Amino acid sequence: MSNKPKGSTQTLTPVEPSVPHRKPSAKELAWEKNTLQPSLEKSPERDYDFTTTSGHPIRRLYSEADLAGWDPERDLGLPGGPPYTRGIHPTMYRTRLWTMRQFAGFGAAEDTNARFRYLLSQGQTGLSTAFDLPTLMGYDADHPLSEGEVGKCGVAISSLADMEVLFDKIPLSNVTTSMTINSPAAVIWAMYLAVAEKQGADWKKISGTLQNDILKEYIAQKEYIYPPGPSMRLVIDTFEFGVKNTPKFNPISISGYHIREAGSTAIQELAFTLRDGLEYVEWGMRRGLEVDEFVPQLSFFFNAHNDFFEEIAKYRAARRIWHKAMVERYKSKNPRSWALRFHTQTAGCSLTAQQPYNNVVRTAIQALAAVMGGTQSLHTNSLDEAWALPTEFAATIALRTQQIIAHETGVTNMVDPLGGSYFVETLTNEVEHGAWDYIEKIDAMGGMVAAIERGYPQREIAEASYRYQVAVDKKEKIIVGVNDFVSEEKPLEILQIDETVAHRQAERLRKLRADRSQAEVDRRLSALRHAAKGTENLMPFIFDAVKSYATLGEICDAMRDVFGTYEEVAIT
Amino acid sequence: MPEKKIRVLIAKPGLDGHDRGAKIIARALRDAGMEVIYTGLRQTPEMIASAAIQEDVDVIGLSILSGAHNTICPQLMNLLREKGMNDVTVLVGGIIPEADISALKKSGIAEIFLPGTSTQDIVNFIHKRVPSA
Repeated sequence: MSNKPKGSTQTLTPVEPSVPHRKPSAKELAWEKNTLQPSLEKSPERDYDFTTTSGHPIRRLYSEADLAGWDPERDLGLPGGPPYTRGIHPTMYRTRLWTMRQFAGFGAAEDTNARFRYLLSQGQTGLSTAFDLPTLMGYDADHPLSEGEVGKCGVAISSLADMEVLFDKIPLSNVTTSMTINSPAAVIWAMYLAVAEKQGADWKKISGTLQNDILKEYIAQKEYIYPPGPSMRLVIDTFEFGVKNTPKFNPISISGYHIREAGSTAIQELAFTLRDGLEYVEWGMRRGLEVDEFVPQLSFFFNAHNDFFEEIAKYRAARRIWHKAMVERYKSKNPRSWALRFHTQTAGCSLTAQQPYNNVVRTAIQALAAVMGGTQSLHTNSLDEAWALPTEFAATIALRTQQIIAHETGVTNMVDPLGGSYFVETLTNEVEHGAWDYIEKIDAMGGMVAAIERGYPQREIAEASYRYQVAVDKKEKIIVGVNDFVSEEKPLEILQIDETVAHRQAERLRKLRADRSQAEVDRRLSALRHAAKGTENLMPFIFDAVKSYATLGEICDAMRDVFGTYEEVAIT
Repeated sequence: MPEKKIRVLIAKPGLDGHDRGAKIIARALRDAGMEVIYTGLRQTPEMIASAAIQEDVDVIGLSILSGAHNTICPQLMNLLREKGMNDVTVLVGGIIPEADISALKKSGIAEIFLPGTSTQDIVNFIHKRVPSA
């Protein structure tokens, strides 16, 4: 982003730096001379850096001159068909609204079960589970490293017994569930499938999404356990298991969300996420899966940040890139593989601790961008999330925000309302080109695993994140209530999780270990360890271990014994 | 004699991997002329205390967003006292509820920087607190 203020200098050069392919019409050139120039002389533009949140330069006016090489038939198409720029369904929200899926999880399983049932009673249409840090890292609640972390950032799940409580009285045959779990995803999924089986739900019919995106953990969120090789094996094991057993379940949600939260630009979020997607496709094919057999079940997850049009352009470009990659790189024949489906969450990192009620407004605008960009499901953040996990009060407003967009604004009445806008189509093209540049760079490095091992995406994100912070510190980017428009205020009422959750969990684990058949647990864990040394699909072994009430920590440890653990080289 | 640089250990305790803030602070303090050592992720209080001794730092900056601060901070402060590191300035940055701040300060944390703090404010605080020799 440029730190040189423009403004007054623009009165002297009213026509912005020429873009090579841009050919303004005679009418536009005349307008520049006769209308724009006198206007700028009289009232110069604001002294402001006209760039997106990501620092992408934005010009004053977009016209047909910007779309010289653009072919609406090739680049835009019609909704529900290639290249899917306008959306993956012919009717979009006229037929079915997006799934309103609020991410929730805190305390022990019974606490989150109550929140789930509350959200469903308030009109939420899908569940989304947040797990606590020990669960995300594959430790039981009574592990020494879990001290102080149990139930804090999500729900504590240490065994199938906890999972049974989490989904008590929630029929898994009717509700779709998303689970934000990565390194131990195979284990948590096995627990979920075991609960479904107990409820008598048909695995062929249940549907939901496992996050299971380990590549973005190495890149951004850093909740990894094993080195990349064995981690990727586990991911592909879930793909293969899913193709055979759970055809409606998305075994992965390839996530840009966390990449963006770590400070990337919109283009980096898009590029690294889609390149991750291609990496999974290639590993799946190497396993012997047919592209069109597993790619239709791959789903995506993007961030919705503050810059309204940049975000919309990102979603539209995402669909176009994925379609092109599937058809050209992998010779896919199945339209279901071509259509990129995605979940969106509004940007947690955009929320401010200061004047937190303003966050309702930020979230509404971000959510509107996601809807105008054609999202399939949406989570809206709560106003208090720069402080803590949301209270029920705050979570309700967040859900109501989606309901207002869906039922009051009118934006759901038509498909792709911004299609054909000079600006949105130009920005979509620019975001797409920027993403392809990154994708090709990573191809040249030998793929995403190789790029991660070199620290490439990590370094690009750290640079972008620092640049943004400097811009905020210098007030080149204004954040209302933080670096401008500051005022005094009273602290919010927030949700606090105390240590009684950890004690309850520890007691529950003690009882579980006393009541189960230890011999059976040992036998199944040693079968898993043995299989991990070979090349078999590990899902059946993990499922067996889960059903004997082996704990999450024990199962992850069995694999730690074989796979080892991963330590990153920290880049600052 | 050249001015001695202020030495800072930036540490990320607990299981959380969200290191955006820790990395930004490490870089901002380095750009402000300090000597910064970043521990990387998942450091226990023991690991942080021994790194602080080994690196002979003037300041320890902890980045905590996970809600585990009430467990981690007192443990670290006790360890530092046991090891005789009484003059090291310990700072915390991250998501800390207002209600927890006074207890953390009582345990010996010099200052707590909440979301939205400018990096310059942190640089200024350190300069005021730790005069470079």
